[in-house]
Amino acid sequence: MAENENRFLTPLSKVRGLGSARTGTKHFWHQRLTAVANIPLTIAFVIILIAVMGRNHAAVVQILGSPLVAIVMLLFIGSVTYHMRIGMQVVVEDYVHNELAKFLLLMGNTFFTIAVALTCGYAILKLSFGV
Amino acid sequence: MAAIKAPVQRPLSPHLQIYRPMLTMMMSIVHRITGIANYYGTLLLAWWLIAAASGPTAYSKVEWFMGSIIGHIVLFGYTWSVLHHMLGGMRHLVWDTGRGFGPAEREWLAVATLVGSIGLTIVLWVVGYLLIGGAR
Repeated sequence: MAENENRFLTPLSKVRGLGSARTGTKHFWHQRLTAVANIPLTIAFVIILIAVMGRNHAAVVQILGSPLVAIVMLLFIGSVTYHMRIGMQVVVEDYVHNELAKFLLLMGNTFFTIAVALTCGYAILKLSFGV
Repeated sequence: MAAIKAPVQRPLSPHLQIYRPMLTMMMSIVHRITGIANYYGTLLLAWWLIAAASGPTAYSKVEWFMGSIIGHIVLFGYTWSVLHHMLGGMRHLVWDTGRGFGPAEREWLAVATLVGSIGLTIVLWVVGYLLIGGAR
């Protein structure tokens, strides 16, 4: 039946409605936006890492919990996890063509990146407020 | 009425295996691979931060792992992966302005990214070792 119907469909009408979900530009722009933000934030993160390297736990807690370091770390974590969420989304969409697997992986991608973001963010806040 | 043509078996575009490997192409693939590596590498960051927030016992486990040979290899690779993805991303940002697409420019950019990421990784680790070697 489906094959019969297809005989009367032009190639154009077959692909109508299967195209862009109209969020491509936003995705592209957010990838660049977070990419630009990631550059100074990653450099700052590397400097923080060098500052805490080899120090004992008490010193690390003090450095990571100080306001400026904590704010930079939170910005770094937010920008990086958002960047990697939409980046991994493209990888999944490029290589996984089974619909169910694709949906599961895209959901898993969102869960993973939000879990990493909240875990890191919570740790930084706990170090800052010392509860 | 015009007859509707049967669907034509159109040729598919050739995929990776048909091309001779080129530097720019390998860099594109490596950019994606390092992106995926950085993605999972954030688990190390999360582990480190949670351990620091949990207390000295949890933190000593992280210190033990990061100080081990395997930990050093993982961290060295992760350093390169992050730096390479960052420099490769800068290359993409240059391309986004419409510059750097010429045959000489794109080769130069690819070499600069590779040399830069390896060089910066080594410099950072030397600085790290010098700092840890000092009084702290």
